[in-house]
Amino acid sequence: MTTPPPAGATDRPASPLAVFIAFSLLALQGFGGVLAVAQRELVDRRNWLSRAEFVELYAVAQLLPGPNVVNLSLMIGDRYFGWRGALAAIGGMLLAPLLVVLALAASYQQLAQYPAVAGALRGMGAVAAGLILTMALKMLATLRGNVLGPALCTALGLVTLAAIAVLRMPLAWVVIGLGLSGWGLARWRIALLDARRARSRKDDESC
Amino acid sequence: MLSTLPAAELLDLFLRFLTLSLLSIGGAMSTAPEMHRYLVVERGWLGEADFTTAIALAQAAPGPNVLFVPVLGFQVAGLAGAAAALLGILLPSTLLSLGVSRWGATRRDTPLVRAFTAGLAPVTVGLTFATGWLLALPFLANPAQRAGALLLIALTAAVTLKTKLAPMWMIAVGATLGAAGFM
Repeated sequence: MTTPPPAGATDRPASPLAVFIAFSLLALQGFGGVLAVAQRELVDRRNWLSRAEFVELYAVAQLLPGPNVVNLSLMIGDRYFGWRGALAAIGGMLLAPLLVVLALAASYQQLAQYPAVAGALRGMGAVAAGLILTMALKMLATLRGNVLGPALCTALGLVTLAAIAVLRMPLAWVVIGLGLSGWGLARWRIALLDARRARSRKDDESC
Repeated sequence: MLSTLPAAELLDLFLRFLTLSLLSIGGAMSTAPEMHRYLVVERGWLGEADFTTAIALAQAAPGPNVLFVPVLGFQVAGLAGAAAALLGILLPSTLLSLGVSRWGATRRDTPLVRAFTAGLAPVTVGLTFATGWLLALPFLANPAQRAGALLLIALTAAVTLKTKLAPMWMIAVGATLGAAGFM
């Protein structure tokens, strides 16, 4: 499915190669996360997507398994040039940064004998832990409008945390077991809310 | 260093990451605890420090965070390990995403799809907290590193929440303090 460029976008990539180059350039600028750079490059500077389109695609990308920015890249590439565009976007997103990080990893193994390097890595590790914990804190805010309500959200989140961090249960059991529970509970809550809304509408009419 | 692992074990690594791919809702980082269980606890291929190093290196370098996965593979089995880990973690999720995104953004408002988003959101948040906790644990368990690590984690959280500073600078501060013997 190669759809025409979305409304609001004023430009489009000329070729899969242009897609590859654009994604390589934005990935290499993305220290500690590519999303913000991707939005600036693709929406503000190149005009390949409107801001609303970008947000919509990212919402879908987040739902699906796999790295969000990789999913986002493939959807944007696919939109313009089908699977060739998808491949060009993913390749651009991953290839150059992969070479950089593997070069770092390879030289780290030789440098690790120096105590300062080991210390630096420990410091970076602590900051990485802090970044991920903060990301989790920020994600809490997205639960506010959740149809499950605060009590069920808290329960599901805490059970997940305990199962992984304390009980060290395999991820497959946790995601499948708790994911299906969450899905079922949310389906039930949506039905409940819809029924309540329908009833209150009927009450309004009878008044 | 091309590969230090027998082909059968390399295949096992590839297949394990292949199954993890479909479970990585919310990003590859949510599968980090399971990779830790497999690589460090079950197989003993990596030490605690190797595991945290891979994530720290990927955070310090440009590009998507998923690149900690090929670094883990590289530490286990060189370039062949990096390729096995990266292809494994990306192949199923990428094919699924392509299929689903083509199948229809049109069905996003149906109750079943809305329930899927809402029901999985708290699980994703729980997984992310678990990842952060498991990354911090080796430092917190070591009395010589506990205070320094706690301070760096708190500092990172404060700066992330209060400013728009790029994470690259926080990583640089962590590296500098760590190199100076802070923790």
